[in-house]
Amino acid sequence: MNEPRTKTPAGPAVAIQGLKVTFGGRVRAVDGVDLTLGRGQAIALIGESGSGKSVTLRAIMRLNPERKSTIEGRILVSGRDVMAMGRRELTALRGREVAMIFQEPLLALDPVYTVGRQIIEAIRQHEGIGAAEARARALQQFERVRIPSPERRLDAYPHEMSGGMRQRAMIALALACNPKVLLADEPTTALDATVQIQILLLLRDLQTELGLSTLFVTHDLGAAVEVADRIAVMYAGRIVEEGSARQVVLNPHHPYTIGLLRSRADGALAKGSRLQTIPGSPPDLANRPPGCPFAPRCFLAEDRCRAGDPPVVDAGPGHRAACWKTDEAARSFQAQRAELSDA
Amino acid sequence: MSTPIASSPTSSRDRGGPGQPLLTVEGLVKHFPVKKGIGGKKAVVRAVDGVDFDIKKGETLGVVGESGCGKSSTARLIMGLTQHDKGEMLFDGERIGSRALPLREFRAQAQMVFQDSYSSLNPRMTIEGSIAFGPRVHGVPRRQAIERARSLLARVGLEPARFAARYPHELSGGQRQRVNIARALALEPRLVVLDEAVSALDKSVEAQVLNLLMDLKQEFDLTYLFISHDLNVVRFICDRVAVMYLGQVVEIGPADTVLADPAHPYTRALLSSMPSMDPDNRTTVAPLAGDPPNPIDPPPGCRFNPRCSLVEDICRSHVPPLAPVDPIHRVACLARQPGSGHSAAPSAEAVAA
Amino acid sequence: MALGTSPAVSAIDIAGGAPPLTSTPEAFIASRGFWGNVLAKLLRDPVAMTAAFVILAIVAIALLSPWITPMDPYRGSMVRRLKPVGDATYLLGSDELGRDMLSRLMVGGRLSLFIGVTPVILAFLLGSSIGILAGYVGGWLNTVLMRTVDVFFAFPSVLLAIALSGALGAGVFNSIVSLTCVFTPQIARVAESVTTQIRSRDYVDAARLSGASTLTILRAQVLGNVLGPIFVYSTSLISVSMILASGLSFLGLGVKPPEPEWGLMLNTLRTAIYVNPMVAALPGLAIFIVSISFNLFSDGLRSAMEVKS
Repeated sequence: MNEPRTKTPAGPAVAIQGLKVTFGGRVRAVDGVDLTLGRGQAIALIGESGSGKSVTLRAIMRLNPERKSTIEGRILVSGRDVMAMGRRELTALRGREVAMIFQEPLLALDPVYTVGRQIIEAIRQHEGIGAAEARARALQQFERVRIPSPERRLDAYPHEMSGGMRQRAMIALALACNPKVLLADEPTTALDATVQIQILLLLRDLQTELGLSTLFVTHDLGAAVEVADRIAVMYAGRIVEEGSARQVVLNPHHPYTIGLLRSRADGALAKGSRLQTIPGSPPDLANRPPGCPFAPRCFLAEDRCRAGDPPVVDAGPGHRAACWKTDEAARSFQAQRAELSDA
Repeated sequence: MSTPIASSPTSSRDRGGPGQPLLTVEGLVKHFPVKKGIGGKKAVVRAVDGVDFDIKKGETLGVVGESGCGKSSTARLIMGLTQHDKGEMLFDGERIGSRALPLREFRAQAQMVFQDSYSSLNPRMTIEGSIAFGPRVHGVPRRQAIERARSLLARVGLEPARFAARYPHELSGGQRQRVNIARALALEPRLVVLDEAVSALDKSVEAQVLNLLMDLKQEFDLTYLFISHDLNVVRFICDRVAVMYLGQVVEIGPADTVLADPAHPYTRALLSSMPSMDPDNRTTVAPLAGDPPNPIDPPPGCRFNPRCSLVEDICRSHVPPLAPVDPIHRVACLARQPGSGHSAAPSAEAVAA
Repeated sequence: MALGTSPAVSAIDIAGGAPPLTSTPEAFIASRGFWGNVLAKLLRDPVAMTAAFVILAIVAIALLSPWITPMDPYRGSMVRRLKPVGDATYLLGSDELGRDMLSRLMVGGRLSLFIGVTPVILAFLLGSSIGILAGYVGGWLNTVLMRTVDVFFAFPSVLLAIALSGALGAGVFNSIVSLTCVFTPQIARVAESVTTQIRSRDYVDAARLSGASTLTILRAQVLGNVLGPIFVYSTSLISVSMILASGLSFLGLGVKPPEPEWGLMLNTLRTAIYVNPMVAALPGLAIFIVSISFNLFSDGLRSAMEVKS
């Protein structure tokens, strides 16, 4: 198994075009997201609670409650439209083509079966191979996610494992059927620092090793930098800036990204000085103000920002930001950085 | 914008003078019995197993560590929410719970802010009611207590006219945590224990609340015990830091020293576990393998020895004392103890000289 | 306490209070309060409102029955026995002694409702006291109280009710006593688990830290949050209680003839089931309608009381 994946040149792994998700007819949680996940690429979708990052991620697997939400736009996985899929196609898509890991593995793992049995079941359900063969595969999965003494751990129940081991077991389960796309929803948020870094490094290794295309949702810029090639910053249901990790973190062009970077405690000028905060709070998604959703909190906002949607501006190769004043924003950020390094 | 809440209440309550630590914790121990399996032998969780530190007046002491290290248990023991098994706790020189300082009187001077902003507010009380509850209990007339609550709300940045009569579920997480801070301040405490008080907040909200905490500290002459797992935040807000591992303090000293030049291998591992913010310099090797062990059966000797990169035989048999590396910085590591028998330890003469 | 005791401080607070602080508290109350919200939600729930209407109507009829029954519910007629439903004189037929069914059903509602609802009210008072005490104090008291309560769980509630009534003897009072004994442990168990859950909330700890006494904390912080769920559970027991009460009467352990009561009527009419099944089923139908209405209302109450964060 584990044959080298042939890179089919059939376009991106996931393409999201003009995605809009509305809950209950009023709450516009995702408001026009365009995102392309290239094959073998790792993109981190970052944003704060209510930014629509998880809703976007779930939309790829059609996991949002269908009766309560209306979804517009197109989502293509390997060129096939997810929105047009029937139930059988969807089942085949989930797990086999696209797999997902969550923040809380206890919710993803069944407490009444051993972890090994769950992985074996998953493999057999999708591939129809014998029990012994499936167990060998499961064991291989456990080794792949670097679980020590994997043979013994296969027979453990989820509650018998520590937090980090459970997270690894969930990743093993997600990868059991060799998916091409891995969706990760805050997979390290609940973990301790020393365990978080292990899981981040594991995800990074697996991604290169297996050629996975990964979409990684997190609120933690640091975690995003550790795993992702590219970072997309979401605010109030829109991607406000997208670029390589270097571009976004070292040369941000959107005032919100800059605000996020500045408000970090490690970016403070000096101990005891005040942190620079973004004033106010995110808009009510049921009553979106016209224009740029960030305008009411933005330090550069002017009248045109409140009137209409800002343009998407190219800030460099593969780097875009949705703002009228990208240059001014970037200059302000660089000026402060220079000041910091002088001090 | 706010009415003055109090005219420097601390000066009148200060007993021991500025040199006297506000809180001294000595040999604090708490074990929780647990049953293992059916009819299995009884085990104990050594949640807090001999913790010593003190907090000076007006400083912020950070306590960091991973889950199960006992940092939150320590906070609950200090506040008397859980009974401790052994140890002494002195508040401004008086033993907490003694006749000179009964628990109730201590609690009027020490308050706590919890991590879960929702669970720490009564869902059936308006927020002004929650804030006014403490003063009401202490006999402040209703009208005055409500006015105090309103001026505190204004002080933490929530316009009383809009927020006073709301219920907790009508507020955002950041706003609720502001309410919790206002509630803690309603009794005009001298010590505020912040147990992961900003951990559940979004980064931009966290920054706002941290700024608020710093302002309040100055305005009300507060002393903070700041419990967190986020080293960046601790470095920013704390004067001194205590690092805990499996129920014990392994290193304590000035935040700038401990978090820049750590003396304990565990502190070092914690620091290098923080995600890098530099895309050109990503972390390549995880500093520690495995999960933090649970505090039921801590290993003999130094508790960190199974995961330590400097481990030697001596570490498995000898318990390292929390000993000074310099007058204000103490560490529990045999590799830093002169004459301990660890090969990396400085020789006794070198220190004496 | 340093708080507000210094006259200088309080003077500043009151005199220097900014304008919004000096107006009446009522001026700020924008939201309706918890019970206001519950009521508003209930009013928007058509099922719960229908159920409430049915219950109110039946209660009103039962209370007013001495004055509004079309005929004397006690006067029988040996010649006009077991008339069918829709009979010219007897709208809902007549029973095995020729008494008017409609009148007897109306009057019977009084006793049926009384011995159905009273035990639940008593059990609510008793059970929540036991449960809240056990849950809040915890420790050995919890063990003693809850293990005692558990003894009652060893018997199915029907069996327990019959056994107790049998031992105490027939009669309305004894039925109520035995049913109260059946429901108290059930309510106590729910009360205990809700209280244990609430006690571990941080706001209870915060209240302890504010120096409040146990009694104050119970009254101000715990009671309001536990009584709701216990109340909802108790309303759901009313239907069971009505059925059990009728069951006791049916077995001759409750109300004594000739007093009209739905369960008893069901018993005396059971011989008529082959002659006139419709009439024989009427008291059962009444029990069914009332108990399902209580259940539906209790469901509505529960969803109306859910606080979403």
